[in-house]
Amino acid sequence: MTSALGSVPAGSGTAPRPGGADPQLPVRPHRKRWGRTARWVGWLWVLPALIMYGVFVLRPLVLTVQYSLYRWNGIGTAQWVGFDNYLTVFTDRDLLKIITNAFVLIIFFSFIPVALGLLVASLVRRITTGPGGTLVRTVLFLPQVIPLVAAGIAWSWVLSSNGLVNQLLRAVGLERITRPWLGEFSTALPSVGVIGTWIMLGLCTILLVTGMSKIDPSLYEAARMDGAGPIREFFAVTLPSLRQEIGVCLTVTVIAALASFDIVYISTSGGPGIQTTVPGLEIYRLAFSQRQVGLASALGVVLMLLVLVCVLPIQRLTRGEKA
Amino acid sequence: MNLTSRSERVSGRIFLIALVVVTLLPFLSMLSAALQPRGTVPTGLAWPSDPQWGNFADAFTAANMGALLKSSMLIVAGVVPIGVLIATMAGFGLGHLRVPGGHIAFGLLLLGLTLPFEAVVTPLYYQMRDLGLLNTRWAIILPLIGLYMPFAVFWMRAHFTNVPRELSEAARVDGSNTWQLFWRVHVPLARPAIASLTILLFLWTWNQFLLAIVMVDDATKRTMAGALGAFQGQWGTDLVLLCAGSLLILTPTLIVFMIFQRQFIKALLQGSVKG
Repeated sequence: MTSALGSVPAGSGTAPRPGGADPQLPVRPHRKRWGRTARWVGWLWVLPALIMYGVFVLRPLVLTVQYSLYRWNGIGTAQWVGFDNYLTVFTDRDLLKIITNAFVLIIFFSFIPVALGLLVASLVRRITTGPGGTLVRTVLFLPQVIPLVAAGIAWSWVLSSNGLVNQLLRAVGLERITRPWLGEFSTALPSVGVIGTWIMLGLCTILLVTGMSKIDPSLYEAARMDGAGPIREFFAVTLPSLRQEIGVCLTVTVIAALASFDIVYISTSGGPGIQTTVPGLEIYRLAFSQRQVGLASALGVVLMLLVLVCVLPIQRLTRGEKA
Repeated sequence: MNLTSRSERVSGRIFLIALVVVTLLPFLSMLSAALQPRGTVPTGLAWPSDPQWGNFADAFTAANMGALLKSSMLIVAGVVPIGVLIATMAGFGLGHLRVPGGHIAFGLLLLGLTLPFEAVVTPLYYQMRDLGLLNTRWAIILPLIGLYMPFAVFWMRAHFTNVPRELSEAARVDGSNTWQLFWRVHVPLARPAIASLTILLFLWTWNQFLLAIVMVDDATKRTMAGALGAFQGQWGTDLVLLCAGSLLILTPTLIVFMIFQRQFIKALLQGSVKG
């Protein structure tokens, strides 16, 4: 490897295309030879990945769309129903509620972590590089590393009648509002959301603080010189400089909220009623318990499109304004 | 920086410390429950007067941890090396060799980048049934490799696009073919990108839940996360054992995380930035 590296000719920078190893030699024919054949042979490198992707993602994707146009119980013959399943998804009150639930979760998975993360980032600016900083980073990353299922179990316990939350409330004399948080209609969905906040908060904070430490301090000095207070400074310097990091946080967390499954399955199984049911869980239930494969597939297609519709504008926002 | 007022910096620290405490509390609460005597009803966070460390041994047996660890490792061993290898090759082909029409392949892969697994899990189930692979680890391994390809190829392509092309010219003059070029020059140079990808794929596989519960009924043939789901179903009413078992099941990830901590954090940060 070193020999290959060492033999890079100094002059090759002037002829950056294939075949430009020695600028003295005629470049054309050489380039054409390995240009034509070898470049097509290059597909062999891409093929294994494409085959796996084609067989285990693209084919199922096409099948999902196909299933969504049929009524099928998974065993018998399928019956063509056109767009009826989609009609059901968009008119059935329960299914609409389920889709709305996913959007409510975005508040907890995305908005709160990003807002809190920004607050911490603008106050801390950088996490110290010493052992203290490493410790903070490590701890804040724990929720990202453990299985979501474990987070779900831990929080089911923390939010239960005898759990930590109620214990703390009793300790400060708020006995009245103690309750099984995941079990009551009014508090179940926000409680599931809090689990999401816990999982996403550390990642967002660290991403934002890391982005923060890359901002040129002179920008702040200039802002202070112009007499900007902390609030104006935040909107004039911090927010625009962190646009890319905020975009990343939002993309990751919005996908996690819309496509959530593990946490809900473990902590509430979608209950009470359908209060915390999300599209992912409903797809699972429809396809594998109720054997309504067509409807499950239609919901799957809708979920996929919802994710795209939510994520693409975020991407455009962060990229477009940067240019 | 030096213009930041002292009180601001102090409040920042306080927020950060509060965040750390809130992150740790659920774990501590689980630990305190796991150490209570079996059959008692624990409360949120109370250090037991007589910690029952034996509960972990009970949970180890009840959860069949030995079998679970083996199963998870088999699945990781099936997914990660192949996934990383073919993604590296494809990234090399698309990013460095620039195969003609490569942007079409890349565009197809980008399609899958935001795809929720739930959207394809139903047809995957029937596909696995038709292949006769249901209830085997292959039903988790094969789809996962495919599902990881969008991110993994995207990741490796980003690396190979930035490698100077002169490097290959030089090696070609030395008479190496593309295969030798790949293994002798490009793979060693790509080591950091490959390491990050390996870590991410390991983590995502180990923690994979949906595919595990859909494809495999037998908890001892699942991933760790999938097995934990079954464990909860079985011991949901025995809170002490459930907490002990959950802590046991998340210990391996924690250990691996602690060992590769720096690379892990780097990989997760880069992974979310590029993803």
